[in-house]
Amino acid sequence: MFTRPIVALAALLLMGAAPLAQAADKPTDPQIAHIAYTAGTIDIEAAKLAIKHSKTKEVVDFAKDMERDHEAVNKQALELVKKLKVTPEDNATSQALAKAAKEERAKLAKLKGAEFDKAYIENEVAYHKQVNGALETLLIPSASNAELKSLLETGLKIFQGHEQHAEHVAGMLK
Amino acid sequence: MRPVIRPALAALALAFIASPALAATITVTIDKLVFSPASVEAKVGDTIEWVNKDVFAHTATVKGGWEVMIPPKSTGRITLKTAGAVDYFCRFHPNMKGRLDVSP
Repeated sequence: MFTRPIVALAALLLMGAAPLAQAADKPTDPQIAHIAYTAGTIDIEAAKLAIKHSKTKEVVDFAKDMERDHEAVNKQALELVKKLKVTPEDNATSQALAKAAKEERAKLAKLKGAEFDKAYIENEVAYHKQVNGALETLLIPSASNAELKSLLETGLKIFQGHEQHAEHVAGMLK
Repeated sequence: MRPVIRPALAALALAFIASPALAATITVTIDKLVFSPASVEAKVGDTIEWVNKDVFAHTATVKGGWEVMIPPKSTGRITLKTAGAVDYFCRFHPNMKGRLDVSP
């Protein structure tokens, strides 16, 4: 019964190219921790690229907000897994996320000026939407440890805030 | 002497009346991206103090108005100068919303 969401997530992330055969049962806590941490790292990498590439104050400010918040979430996540003695475990979803992000970064790195700004912010809106969907439908319901679940719920609120913030910046760029 | 003392006393009295002796400090706690209480009633001269328990920076921002920065694990404050009801939000996380109802 948990096969569908993970297939949907992987398919969404790989835009249909997902190796569906990899779809597993519901993710375990070590896998969930890995997915959440990976999702945060991806947004930090994208933010660093934007801070370096963009000349638009609103975009650079937004990217700095993303870098700061996601670093704070990931720091909390690391402290929690240490406390719970959980070793984050790499998995197909994390790998799909990382692969898609690498391709997106390569795409962004070729763009300049207003084109870069637009592509970065639009990707931020879409990316946060995807991660929020995964948190709501798969990761939070699958988490068995209460503290991990609570951190994911806070993460969801942060990510929802970022999605709205990104939409606001996207509106300003138009 | 008298003509001098009287105005001085008057000024002193005025200063006391105008001083925010009755002004209160109202605390709004921020925990896990929630302003609590979300809605506050206050008077002009009162101070709103936001206590941020999160590890994230937040703001209390009134669209087209003031903004208070509230660093992680820290506080931010503003003394209310005008009456009226205002909605505020966090600029970094616009899904965080609060309201101040300020009476004269």
